[in-house]
Amino acid sequence: MPESHKEDVTDLEARARRIRSHIVRATTAAASGHPSSSLSLVELVTVLYFGGVLRYDPNDPQNPDRDRFILSKGHAAPGLYAVLAEAGYFPVDQLTDLRKLGSPLEGHPNMCRLPGVEASTGSLGQGLSIGIGHALAIRLDGRNARVYVVVGDGESEEGQVWEAAMYAGNQGLDNLTVIVDRNGYQQTDAVDRVQALDPLDGKFEAFGFATKVIDGHSLEEVAAAYQWAHGVEGKPQAIIANTIKGKGVALLEAKQGGWHGKPIPADEEAKALEEIGAGA
Amino acid sequence: MSFGLSHVELPEGAATREAFGAALAEAGVDERIVVVDGDVNNSTFTNHFMDRYPERFFNAGIAEANMVGIAAGLAAAGKIPVAATFSTFLMSNAFDQIRMSVAFPNLNVKLVGSHAGISIGEDGPSQMAIEDIALACALPGFTVIVPADATSAKAATVAMLEREGPTFLRCGRPKVPVIYKEGADFELGRANQLRDGDDVTIIANGIMVCMALDAAEALSKEGVEARVVDMHTVKPIDTAAIESAANETRGIVVAEEHLAYGGLGSTVAMVVAEKRPVRMAFVNVGDTFATSGKPDELLVQYGLTPAAILDAARRVLKD
Repeated sequence: MPESHKEDVTDLEARARRIRSHIVRATTAAASGHPSSSLSLVELVTVLYFGGVLRYDPNDPQNPDRDRFILSKGHAAPGLYAVLAEAGYFPVDQLTDLRKLGSPLEGHPNMCRLPGVEASTGSLGQGLSIGIGHALAIRLDGRNARVYVVVGDGESEEGQVWEAAMYAGNQGLDNLTVIVDRNGYQQTDAVDRVQALDPLDGKFEAFGFATKVIDGHSLEEVAAAYQWAHGVEGKPQAIIANTIKGKGVALLEAKQGGWHGKPIPADEEAKALEEIGAGA
Repeated sequence: MSFGLSHVELPEGAATREAFGAALAEAGVDERIVVVDGDVNNSTFTNHFMDRYPERFFNAGIAEANMVGIAAGLAAAGKIPVAATFSTFLMSNAFDQIRMSVAFPNLNVKLVGSHAGISIGEDGPSQMAIEDIALACALPGFTVIVPADATSAKAATVAMLEREGPTFLRCGRPKVPVIYKEGADFELGRANQLRDGDDVTIIANGIMVCMALDAAEALSKEGVEARVVDMHTVKPIDTAAIESAANETRGIVVAEEHLAYGGLGSTVAMVVAEKRPVRMAFVNVGDTFATSGKPDELLVQYGLTPAAILDAARRVLKD
């Protein structure tokens, strides 16, 4: 049976540091990828997989009673791979095969090649609809599994996100939680300068969601938000997680708007890892 | 080989979309089957399934991208989802979702596009899918089916649901003549030879099959015996049937209710070019959008007639 895994705060902090260091090492080794878009969602996935939320079993990844985690913003694949490796889906030392020929750790997630990946994403806007399909199937089968979908704030410019939100709201899919990794920046500029999203919680609320705005880097607030989501009945939930693009690495935090889809150069890697403080 | 041909007048058969809807409702005893609708269930006839199995019927509204994504999620969760709407809104509107959420992960989603081709008539070009086969065939792993009549559309629906993997079934709006008897052989990927002949081969699908049979009768009066092949599955194409036609007859006419580029004609030509080059001629919509008009008027205006097939056969046999 898929089970949740609950660690205490000290262990969660250590997990988060390890996941950050995996992201940096993998993308620097690949000399490409999206570390800054991955670093912003580290606490969101750390608490999901290790804070007693997601019920999963790496030895039985297709168990119909598992909870589902769908990364709609597929370019944050290094973050997904890092947490899956930590969760035991594959060895941690495979992470530095990221983006290499023959590796199942493709530039964007490919569900056919890597266990634990619930959806092949990378063309933005599609994950929430896929999550709805899972949520409907779960409801139809009378299971109590839940579905979690992380979308980006820039990604929320895609119309399909709102087609999906409208449907989830109208269906009252309370086994579905959307988490917006609101790191504020998209490829070329700040999200609010490209397409202002505010009020983002108000938008989801208008589409029939229960909403909560949190600090997406506070392990306590993230854990409380998942617990809150679990208790909501009759409505899907949207957690708007305010985050920092590149969180944990000074170089990236300083250049939030100008560091999309670029790895940390090899000669800056040691400094970045030291800032993250994951140890050897 | 005999398929019990009974070539009747146009209004006497059912539309392929009606046959699909009836077969889907019957297949619904299998609880894995779910339907996702783009708010056109009384046009695609998925309403028969909806009436019987309302709990397994989801109207996604006028939002095809979301409709396809939901179908992908349902398939990933072990269901057999059938996503049905007008073919152009399905294949053209939701193409990226079909590519990314269905084809790339090779999910067991059944896409059914109704109202394909120019024979929908008065509603006009915005509603006419004339590029849907090209789009569907461009997707790795897809099976693409274009049935000719109600009987084979039913068989195609059953075969589609039994097959594991992404599949596109194209249906038409107008009533079409009945060609097959109930229980006739129907196997995905294997063309049906409906008429024997050693002079020329006419390969057709959809509404053009009955016209190919008409054209063959007319050719026979001129002393030309045409082989007629119903290529109901465009992908994977029946290479052996094409190779036999190229070896055993002097040329091949391909007739389809689709644009010239990327449809049945292109697919057959690829096989002919590689296996055994012979003269070919093509009957299709060409490289243009159609207009509003009555279905039969449009078919004449855009050259989708038995006479056009006859002319094409004569061109192939010339020299």
